Amino acid sequence: MTAAASKSRPILPSGWEMVVGLEVHCELRTQTKLFCSCKNIFGDEPNTNICPVCLGLPGSLPVLNSHAVELAMLVGFALHCEIRPSIFHRKNYFYPDMPKDYQITQYDEPINVNGYLELSDGTRVRIERAHLEEDTGKTIHVGELGASGRIHQAQWSCVDYNRAGVPLLEIVSMPDIRSALQARAYVSELRGILLATNSSDAKMEEGSLRVDANVSVRRVRDQDESSADGELGTRCEIKNLNSLRSLVRAIDYEATRQVALLESAQEVVSQTRHWIEDEGKTLSLRSKEEAFDYRYFPEPDLLPLAPGLDWQKEVVSDLPPMPQERRDALANLVKEALGDDASLKDQVALLVELGLDTLATEAISSGADPRIVINRLSNEAPADHQAACRLDPKNFTALVVMEKNEQLTPTQAKAVLVEMLKSEDEPLKIAQRLGFETLGDQDLSAVVLQVVAEHQVEWSRYVQGEQQIAQFLVGQVMKLTKGRADGAKVVRELNKLGASENIEK
Amino acid sequence: MGARALAGRIRSGEVSALEVIDNCLAEISKRDSTIHAFVHVAYEKAREEAKEIDAKIAAGEDPGVLAGVPVALKDNLCTKAAPTTCSSKILENWVPPYDATVVTKLKAAGAVIVGKTNMDEFAMGSSTEHSAFGPTLNPRDTSRVPGGSSGGSASAVADGMVTLALGSDTGGSIRQPASFCGVVGIKPTYGSVSRYGLVAFASSLDQIGPLAGNVDDATMLLEVVSGWDPLDSTSLQRPSFILDSVSREGVKGIKVGILNELVDLVDNEVATQVRKAADLLDSEGAAVEDVSMTSIGWGIPAYYLIASAEASSNLSRYDGVRYGLRVEGANATLMNSFTRAKGFGAEVKRRIMLGTYALSAGYYDAYYAKAQKIRTLIIQDFQRVYERFDALLAPTTPSVAFLLGEKLTDPLAMYLSDICTVPSSLAGHPAMNIPFGTASGGLPVGIQIMAPALGEASMLKVAKTLEQASQGGFQ
Repeated sequence: MTAAASKSRPILPSGWEMVVGLEVHCELRTQTKLFCSCKNIFGDEPNTNICPVCLGLPGSLPVLNSHAVELAMLVGFALHCEIRPSIFHRKNYFYPDMPKDYQITQYDEPINVNGYLELSDGTRVRIERAHLEEDTGKTIHVGELGASGRIHQAQWSCVDYNRAGVPLLEIVSMPDIRSALQARAYVSELRGILLATNSSDAKMEEGSLRVDANVSVRRVRDQDESSADGELGTRCEIKNLNSLRSLVRAIDYEATRQVALLESAQEVVSQTRHWIEDEGKTLSLRSKEEAFDYRYFPEPDLLPLAPGLDWQKEVVSDLPPMPQERRDALANLVKEALGDDASLKDQVALLVELGLDTLATEAISSGADPRIVINRLSNEAPADHQAACRLDPKNFTALVVMEKNEQLTPTQAKAVLVEMLKSEDEPLKIAQRLGFETLGDQDLSAVVLQVVAEHQVEWSRYVQGEQQIAQFLVGQVMKLTKGRADGAKVVRELNKLGASENIEK
Repeated sequence: MGARALAGRIRSGEVSALEVIDNCLAEISKRDSTIHAFVHVAYEKAREEAKEIDAKIAAGEDPGVLAGVPVALKDNLCTKAAPTTCSSKILENWVPPYDATVVTKLKAAGAVIVGKTNMDEFAMGSSTEHSAFGPTLNPRDTSRVPGGSSGGSASAVADGMVTLALGSDTGGSIRQPASFCGVVGIKPTYGSVSRYGLVAFASSLDQIGPLAGNVDDATMLLEVVSGWDPLDSTSLQRPSFILDSVSREGVKGIKVGILNELVDLVDNEVATQVRKAADLLDSEGAAVEDVSMTSIGWGIPAYYLIASAEASSNLSRYDGVRYGLRVEGANATLMNSFTRAKGFGAEVKRRIMLGTYALSAGYYDAYYAKAQKIRTLIIQDFQRVYERFDALLAPTTPSVAFLLGEKLTDPLAMYLSDICTVPSSLAGHPAMNIPFGTASGGLPVGIQIMAPALGEASMLKVAKTLEQASQGGFQ
């Protein structure tokens, strides 16, 4: 089912395939933390958004944030999960950035189970679960060799508890991914869903979206079909993947490393491995045999969570269209006008990713040329897609019409669009400001004279006061100037001419 | 003098809150050098609070139902104004930045907090000998323990140092010391009093409750501290108790069961008192009958596994990072280990190890999960019994107060002293101790009254009836 992507970019020697499952942690975009009323916000001064509860002070107790539950359900619905009655557990382990030295998380009874996410290549990656848990604080380890990032070499550590207790949704996929690029596509698509549901900022660079990859390899019997024997190889879990680029590089590196081991008759040892971005390799953090015994048990300070059907219905009624749906909608709209054109697919996907599909749809629906709409939005708008999202659809449509009518050349239209992203002015004004008027006043007078000469009957009716006929005459001028004339100016010019004729009479 | 009467005299201006508190503090400074009920006495702060009460009264404002009444708090209840140590080295001198919900409620009712009382470290123990700051003595006989873990609160009340005290009960920690010291102690229904600000021992069992010299005072204190608290997810969404007048209604028509299994295993002198109490209730119009509850003997093993498992997790946070004791180490792991090695006493370590073991991979099903099954069985057994009875009668403890040091080196013997109290704890039901006569050496004997969840009213009717008979010389 996943042959296409892995064939498009062979990384492993023939006869091998990789099997990847991803664990994605995303911070939910709530006003307050999961179990207390401290602000959930990124980038504040360290240890300013803290209270007895998220510091785990003796005697404090957690109270569940219902908005976090709603966002978890919303993402669950978007991922086609079953929403289940769930309970919270304590995951016990000592770490300085974990205030209670246990994490409140969902274990064997998570809120969302058995969903799937469909990639644009048609692959369906099954979602095992998507559960709620609290984030830890953030530690900066400082050692003799500078900030090593590793606790064992640290001389001292600084802990910021602002992040402690921030709600996380951990989304765990089944091992249905067969290439690094597919893993990338999965994370991008998931990110799109998180943004569409407004449930997370989903920024890998700020850590509001974090990905761990479980990678294993196995021999393929029939290379074309990718029909490996159902057995999975020994897997390694890769941590510290801070960008999509790291994700792709780390998975490819890790799968290649495992194949090399197996081909030289060595074994893959089940391990947790750390991706070292600078060196482009993974290093063993600990073997799975050394894995912690987390001593999970039901959190006695919280009640079981069983969202009623009414609450679920209320939440699902907030579910906006998902990226796949939006891609389909825009692609169909474009297809109606332009027919099947494979080259537009990536542009459509990009517009949806940038959230510009609504603008594109509005412009096309009000008559703007689809190809120009797609080109402008996928080429010029990404430079500042947030400003692009705020564009007035009327202004954007006007711009596309001007380009279509050759009132502006494509080059000029691009320049006008860049300006439109900076100011809220109408495209015509910007074009004028930029000196893009292609029709001089003298040229306009000449064209008007020509139209009058060619349409004497209409002209005399106009001169006799039949105002409605002006529209026809302006239209003729527009036709001859290919829309480059300013309608108001044409009317002024006609009136001037009419006045002088009346005087002559 | 009872709390209500005392508050009445203060409110009417017969006596000032400051005079009452000054007397109380003087008593404490005189007697507590012997008894050691307190780990912290709020000499300054208590006088300030008393003056505030007097000012309110002078200004014609309502100072609250407990205006000027001195209250002692077990030292696992968080107080902004005073250290909260759980009688542990690891929290020595730690001052919480917030008040427990019960403390807020007490202050709102005008009570004056005079100090924090000694306890077994983190409420783990039945004698208050496991305090890092030395044991508390039983005021009835200073060669004996006051019971535990709320031994400080029980002695402070028994010795007349305070009118009221709060304790916490996880497996009997209010009832057992109340019994040893001859005072009234109530463990209310789980969830009826907020746990916010109670330093956790075993979260699914811990419950705050009153200790007082008589049923009325204990009832009044329970009314003040009970009620829903949005800060505690396990607190029941219901208003505060209103029990005072109900408790005086007598026991006519109330069905009381005598728990055979518990009566049979305690000292004769204690069993005799339970039988006497049963006869008395019968003569007062209650329908008294023997009842058997076979699962009750499994309470101790189930309790010690569940409570220790939860404790092993609850006490993880004392890692030397954020508050309390820190013993430096070459790295975070060593700092953590050194801090805990030095900060915790032997009994706390024993329970952390027991609980850690019970939750470990490969042992979870055999210990923790099985203990939870027993807990369910006990709850079902109680349900069956409470179909026929409004309240149950049993001893509170197997014996009267034992000697200091008697069980200190024998943890199992110490654990067994909770055998009568853990069943109601596991079920989350209310249960209380009422002093009822004495044993041959003059030491108080306690009767335990249990009731189904939120059955406080029947429980208190029985207690009040027994108390009136005791005061009337029936023994």
